[in-house]
This record gives sequence, structure tokens and C-alpha cells, in this order.
Amino acid sequence: MKYMLMFCRDEGAGPSWEQMSPEAQAQLGGQIGRWHAENASRIIDKGHRLGASSMATTVRHKEGGAIVTDGPFVEGKEVVSGYVIADVPDLDDALRLAKTFPACSTVEIRPLTDQP
Amino acid sequence: MFREESGRLAATLVSTLGTFELAEEILQDALVVALERWPVDGIPRDPAAWLLIVARRRAIDLLRRDIRYRDKLAELDRPSAHEIDDRLRLIFTCCHPALSREAQVVLTLRTVCGFSVAEIANAFLASEATIAQRLVRARRKIAQAGIPYRVPVNDELDERLSEVLAVLYLVFNEGYLTSAGDRPERRDLTVDAEWLAGLLARLMPDEPEVLGFLALIRLHRARAEARFDARGRLVLLRDQDRSRWDRSAIGKAGELLLEAGRLRRPGSYQIQAAIVACHAEANSWEATDWPQILALYNELLWLAPSPVASLNRAIAVRYVEGPSTALAAVDALAPTLGRYHLFHATRAELLRDLGRPGEARLADEQALALTANPAERALLEHRLG
Repeated sequence: MKYMLMFCRDEGAGPSWEQMSPEAQAQLGGQIGRWHAENASRIIDKGHRLGASSMATTVRHKEGGAIVTDGPFVEGKEVVSGYVIADVPDLDDALRLAKTFPACSTVEIRPLTDQP
Repeated sequence: MFREESGRLAATLVSTLGTFELAEEILQDALVVALERWPVDGIPRDPAAWLLIVARRRAIDLLRRDIRYRDKLAELDRPSAHEIDDRLRLIFTCCHPALSREAQVVLTLRTVCGFSVAEIANAFLASEATIAQRLVRARRKIAQAGIPYRVPVNDELDERLSEVLAVLYLVFNEGYLTSAGDRPERRDLTVDAEWLAGLLARLMPDEPEVLGFLALIRLHRARAEARFDARGRLVLLRDQDRSRWDRSAIGKAGELLLEAGRLRRPGSYQIQAAIVACHAEANSWEATDWPQILALYNELLWLAPSPVASLNRAIAVRYVEGPSTALAAVDALAPTLGRYHLFHATRAELLRDLGRPGEARLADEQALALTANPAERALLEHRLG
């Protein structure tokens, strides 16, 4: 089964990637790299770290047009900061992946569907 | 009988067919046929076997018609050698943490205990439509999110087991807090919770928390007769007629707890059972071993801190260190328990002990405002006069 794992962090707690020192980045990057290596057979798309939520732009479709605003679509403390796509036998495997990811406080797991 | 057999049957069907929905349908069909034929033909000598035959026949019919299931046909004809595994798998799947607590409860009652939708609705004062929808959503989540049908292994087992026990405890408490007198037609959930706990203990006899949990349930049920007076009003532990307690059941539950203890893996349900056992073994309120109970609460809070456990500990503090210290301990819980009726009821008790009746009365009123439970309301109203 295919799942998207959305990694979320509280942008108010702790430094963003850009704010981290090179040493801290190297250490965290190493941990993430190791996680990817251990789970290579389960991850079909290594995904990306997303730009900070302050770099987001939102488009809302309304009657008569679309409204463009600065920022993420949901105002909240926790924002999606990255994702991977996994292909594993069942949810328990996806949960194990999420539990061992070293770089965020929250992970949302959603199954992918075949529908458009 | 139905409970036992429908659970076993459901487990076998889910195991061989690999889908909840189909297994459910078939089980329902078999039960409907039974309900139609038995009043006319009489109840068969072996009702369980009868049900199984009908269900298998129907399953075979459906499988024959559906080419996707052809290879499962052979499996269905073989009697299940893994019955114990199947029922465990069913329980763990119904209680998977990816399902909401409500979903876990309705799935477990429906699939493992064989409750009808109407019975579940009645037990939880919900509409049948709500319960039916909850079941549909739960099954859909299992299918679409890929919740597996298996018993968790090794390092995941403890966490998943505590999830199962939480569901069972919820079922038990739902039944425990309602007087049978209130709605006599309602199925007694404490009986079903005890049955489930017993089943789990038979399937996992080396899990001390499961044994501890069963002991806890049995200790509560052993004293059920004395909990309500003739008018259906709640009787506090301190005022209960202990001659109405089932001493034999209490003794047996105590032995079960010792058995759990021999496995040398303490846990919160074992400690909770030990606390209840302490109360149950005392011949009177005055004879209660409060220092022992306080020590057990300290252990419980170290292992599994919770505001409600802290509140209950304060009652033991009252008898070991006095009401003043106890009140201070209770007041410290105000930020977390301010909306909990028992917080206020406990404060009221302690204020009365300290000779502050005006404040006690206010606290009782606050407690009354926070509970809808008829038995508890009657008790509080009586206290307020």
C-alpha cells in the first residue's frame, strides 16, 4: 500500500533548517540520511524538505475568481515541513517508518488512492 | 452463547475471507436465518455447529460466484486450527490505535461480542443510525488505511495491549456507572467486559497486565450488589453493606492477582487491582489498610501518572495524614480537574471533615452541575438536602 508521510514541525519551537549551524545541519542531515538508507526498500519517493511556511503562497478559488495570499492555507503552529512516499504492506509498517523518523515532532500518514 | 460463538465465527470468517465486511454480512445472514428457522424448527442440539454450517455454506456460495475469492474456497473447507490466534487478531484489529476510541468500542462490541447495532445504541444512549455510521466508517478506515489483521509482535505488543485494555475498561465503566434499575432492558456491559477480559486472559495467560485487568474487573463486579440501595441510589463504599459482597469471587480474584505478580512485570492494572483488593479484603471501612493503599497509589502514580489517580490518592492521604493535607493535594489538581464532578465531590467531603459546611455545600453544588449520571445526581441531591 502506498502512503504519503507528511512530516510536521512546530515552527515556533527550535530553529528552522536555515537557522541551524552547519554542524547541527550536518548532524541532522546525517540522521535523516541514515533513516533513508535503512528504509530504502520501503520508500519509493524520497520526497523533499519543503520551504518554510513563510515561503508559502495560497490560492483560494472563490466566486468570480481566485484569491492569492501569502502563507500556508491553515494558520497553525505546526506546519508540513517535508514528505516522502512509502510503499509498504500495511499501516503498521508505515507507522514504524513514522516513529523512527528523526527530524520532526509530528507525522501524518495518508494512504494514496487511485482516484483523480 | 451467541456472544462466544459469534465472536469465534467472525474471527474464522475474517481470517479466511480477509475482509471484515464480507465476514460481517455472512455472519448476519446466518443469524437472520437462525432467528427465522429456530422458532419454527426448534433450537438445534448444537446451535454453534448449526450457525457455522449455515455461514460456511453462504460463504462458499459467495466465493464460488466471485472469481477473486476462488482460491480461498479451499481454505474455508478446512477447520481452523488457529482459533486462538484468530480471535486475538480480531480483538487487536478492532482496537488498533489508528481507529478512534468510539470506533474501537463499537467494532469490538459488534464483531467480538456479537452485539446488534440496536444493543450498542441502547447501551451508549446513541441512535442506531449514529452507531451504524460509526461502524461503516471504522470498517472503511480499516480497509482504506491498510490496518492489518494481525496480533502485534514484540516491542509493539505492550503498547497495543494497553490500547485493548483501555477499550475494555471503557466498556466496563460505561456499564458500571449506570444502575441496572435505570434501564432494565439494557444489556449489562460489565458482564460483557468481564467476558472479554476473561477471553483475553485465556488467550494471553502469560501477560500479567491482562490477568491484573481481569482481577480488577472481577473485584469490582464482586461488590456490585452493594453499590445501589433498594431505591436505586448509589451507596458510597464507606456505607456499603459488605455482607452483600461476593467473598468467594474476591478471594479468587486475589489469587489471580498473585498469579500475575509471579510473572514479575508490574503494571498499572495490576496496581489498580491491588488497591481494589485492599478495599475488598477489609471487613469494614474502619479496618481498611490505608497506608498500604497510599503506598500502592504512590507506585501507580510513578508508573502511570494521571490526575484522577492523584485525586483518588488524596482520599488515602486523608486517612493517613489528615484532611488538611489531603485538601491541599486535591486543590493542587484544580487546573486539570476543574470540570470533573468527582473533584468537587471529593473537596466537599474533605471540607465537611474540616468543619467547613458552607464551602462543602458549594462544592457539592458544583459537582451536581457537572454530572448527568442519574445515580450520582441522586446521591448529591440527597446530600444537599
